[in-house]
Amino acid sequence: MVRLVKSLEPSPGFPEGDPIALLQERFPDAISPADKGNHTGVIVESDRLPEVALYIRDQLGYQYLSSVTGVDYLDDGYFEVVYHAYRLSGGGPLTFKARTPREDPVLPSLVAVWPGADFQEREIWDLYGVRFTGHPNLKRILLWEGFAGHPMRKDWKEPYYEEEHKPFKSRWPQGHFAMAEERTPWGRNVQYPPDFTPEGWTPEGDAALYEGLLELETGHGNGKGLRTDRVVVNMGPQHPSTHGVFRMVVTLNGETIVDLEPVMGYLHRNHEKIGERNTWLGNMPFTDRLDYICSMHNNFGYAVAVEKLMGVEVPERAEYIRVIMAELTRIVNHFIAIGFLFNDLGAFFTPALYGLEERELILDLFEMASGSRMMCNYFRFGGVARDLPEEFLPLARELVENRLPRVIDEFETYLTGNEIFLARSVGVGVLPKEMAIAYSTAGPVLRASGVAYDVRKAEPYGIYDRFDFEIPIGTNGDIFDRYKVRIEEMRQSLHILKQALDQIPDGPIQAGKKAYQVRVPAGDAYGRVENPKGELGFYLVSTGGPNPYRYHIRAPSFINLTSLGEMSKGHKVADIVAILGSIDIVLGEVDR
Amino acid sequence: MYGSGILKGLGVTLKHFVETYIEDIRYLGKRYTPETLPQRQGPKERGIFTVQYPFEKLPVPENFRYIPFLVYDDETGKERCTSCGICAKVCPPQCIWIVRTKDPKTGRPRPEPAEFYIDASICMSCGYCAEFCPFDAIKMDHDYELSAYHRDELVFDLKKLLKPASYHAQIHPTDWKREEEARAAKAAKKAAARKARKG
Amino acid sequence: MSEEFQNDPRVPPELRHSVFITTLDKIYNWGRKRSMWPIMFGLACCAIEMIATAASRFDMARFGMELMRPSPRQADLMIVSGTVTKKMVPQIVRLYNQMPEPKYVIAMGSCATSGGPFKEGYNVVSGIDKFLPVDVYIPGCPPTPQALIHGFVKLHEMIEGQTIRDVPWYKEGVVDAIPVPALGPDLLDWRQAQEIAARARQIAEEAQEEEA
Repeated sequence: MVRLVKSLEPSPGFPEGDPIALLQERFPDAISPADKGNHTGVIVESDRLPEVALYIRDQLGYQYLSSVTGVDYLDDGYFEVVYHAYRLSGGGPLTFKARTPREDPVLPSLVAVWPGADFQEREIWDLYGVRFTGHPNLKRILLWEGFAGHPMRKDWKEPYYEEEHKPFKSRWPQGHFAMAEERTPWGRNVQYPPDFTPEGWTPEGDAALYEGLLELETGHGNGKGLRTDRVVVNMGPQHPSTHGVFRMVVTLNGETIVDLEPVMGYLHRNHEKIGERNTWLGNMPFTDRLDYICSMHNNFGYAVAVEKLMGVEVPERAEYIRVIMAELTRIVNHFIAIGFLFNDLGAFFTPALYGLEERELILDLFEMASGSRMMCNYFRFGGVARDLPEEFLPLARELVENRLPRVIDEFETYLTGNEIFLARSVGVGVLPKEMAIAYSTAGPVLRASGVAYDVRKAEPYGIYDRFDFEIPIGTNGDIFDRYKVRIEEMRQSLHILKQALDQIPDGPIQAGKKAYQVRVPAGDAYGRVENPKGELGFYLVSTGGPNPYRYHIRAPSFINLTSLGEMSKGHKVADIVAILGSIDIVLGEVDR
Repeated sequence: MYGSGILKGLGVTLKHFVETYIEDIRYLGKRYTPETLPQRQGPKERGIFTVQYPFEKLPVPENFRYIPFLVYDDETGKERCTSCGICAKVCPPQCIWIVRTKDPKTGRPRPEPAEFYIDASICMSCGYCAEFCPFDAIKMDHDYELSAYHRDELVFDLKKLLKPASYHAQIHPTDWKREEEARAAKAAKKAAARKARKG
Repeated sequence: MSEEFQNDPRVPPELRHSVFITTLDKIYNWGRKRSMWPIMFGLACCAIEMIATAASRFDMARFGMELMRPSPRQADLMIVSGTVTKKMVPQIVRLYNQMPEPKYVIAMGSCATSGGPFKEGYNVVSGIDKFLPVDVYIPGCPPTPQALIHGFVKLHEMIEGQTIRDVPWYKEGVVDAIPVPALGPDLLDWRQAQEIAARARQIAEEAQEEEA
């Protein structure tokens, strides 16, 4: 059952007033304000971190931990881990940071307070080498066990390293063509420690992973005198369920799942390391390739984050164009999500084909405006790249008013009442409300579990506060509710699109002149948008130069996967595929 | 009745199936001709949605970007590129290599490219080179039929990249019109300034 | 043309006096190229364009390719669509080894051709042709479905040029499978193991000389 609400639910009982002042009052010796120029938030003493976190969650009401980021300050000699927490009634973040010296970096883990910090802390261990004491499973997540070094550290150079920042001097004016492969002695993108020799060396493989799993207690037997055995099955990276290269290691007792551990990193493309080398503008086409189905929305998130640092005002027409593109992307994404969910359930390709047909028509619009079907690269800091051609608005109106409502109603007709679908989805993969908040899930997964939270209403960006729309909320948090929430969100997107297409004014589309050397003032900022899959956030640190100092992506699919293990316990193997389809992940985002 | 949901679903599929035949009758034998292609691929279409590539090609819009090409003026045969290097600096994956010509007598740089390489197997079709070129010398091509049997065929040198300005006018008509108007306005302003100085 | 066919040793005697016969090559190649089954193998963004090619607008079924098999034992075309990362390469090589001959590989997109825009990343392999023999390269990021179908047409042209006399899978001898790379301090290709060992010895000797 899905109901529509107009605004976020208020959370009473928490103290009014500036949360930072309250924190400083309660912990006068553990809290100090941020000391770098223009940085936000407060710095917490690393040993007092768990008790401060408990106070923030219980007493101040910041129940939702959105992102955990690591930053390497090489010149200052420490690693900094930045946390952003939010209240469910809306509003801005409470940013708090913890520091640890670079020689032996150790911090207490916050998994006991907010279980959603699980994968993000593992990622900081993998890429920076910061150990979190008290973490239940501190292993590498994006790279493999045995990899030499922690790559995101500022003093770790990759094999094809040329210069610290782009543009490279070797391209102009004496840019003689050279393949990157000539830069290493092996002719490929590899580097080995100086004492490494393959003679007598065997690879580690997945020994550590399987060891941890087989120690689980299941309770032998099915209660009727039959002895059963535990089996570990790999639902491996190459998989007919088309979500990409994702691997699940499932421990089974017969056909029932005892434990599920996701293994990722098969598409780890080093967005963050490349992002630190790129210029600010050069990062925009790379954000297209994060969640490659919703490229316009990723651009939107990055533009919002950088404009927070730059303090640029976006003209009216550009704001309306941004909203139109964003909502069209939401419809595209939900068609694909529902289509592939039904693919996994066995309705091979009919709902997906009907959805892909509508997606093609919307992609025609994107190609007309930005030049490419998928990797749009359309947003700029302070506006959009190009104005809309004349054929755009009549075609968009035709789609939004006539064709898309009819198609969505058709989807409802033949999918919602289908008895096979109802039998396989109602009551399967239930995620209760408190667990959804604790595991930092976002997007339709969070809303289907009954939590009324949408970034467009909580912290409106752009001109979303001018539009009149509602948020669909589910009740049970099972697969059926997530599907129904997505259908209702598509209808709400059409509602917003109708208003935007009616109200769009004429005018300039970019603030200021077109420039390729963008200088962003020093500081740090966390900008987030409501991606169709959840909350996409960008944490940026700038030192005033033409390149970012730290570029971190808070990926919704990555964090939504934390709850996959909990949701699947007790179900059968055939249900995992459906549950994974209902979370709707995209590997470009999960692995970045 | 248990099973009515499934039957309704099958009814929708049957409706789609029958509609394709009704649409065929509506077109009355003129279905697979180029004149009906925009109607068949538009939002009012109910029938078969397929484009029979390689026999009929879906036309790409003007803004479409794939791999860049360099423009040379038809009359003089000279490339517009002055090797200022902005495209090489702004390219996000750094796939443009430019060598600026040096005058052999004076040793000073001349505004012409001696070598210009684009590695099309690294290019991400972002369009920044075309967007920020101040001389309208590099533009995004519409040609997507670039498959090759060997990887070195995908590194484009200056000869392969040069295409005439008439080709640019043909694939980008509105951009061409806007650029010519800007060029004519600048020339007129220069001529007026020269006349004012003389007189 | 009919004399050539009549004296061709591959033509069975009872058909020698017919007027018009297609060569066995043509039938053999036509059967193979018009029913290639790709393996259901999408890595990244290019996979979405591959799925769009299999959808109703740019129908891949017109070429007999709509049957994407999840199992490599039943497939004969591997479309590597998306960035090839070091963690994934052992699985790709294993899948390629499991495919039965005749098998073809298409490198779709910039990332599979050469690492693409992510070439400088520490986890990215500079193109799948470092490990597998590639037949057709399709540039683009991502290649539009029409570009992908053009790549298929080029692959078909290549297949039409093959003759039964020269194809490698009817020759004698066992073809070695490609050795599956290992994941150590960095990706290890066993075909380079000797050079890596030699360099390690060289560095050890230099360190000893420095100490002495």
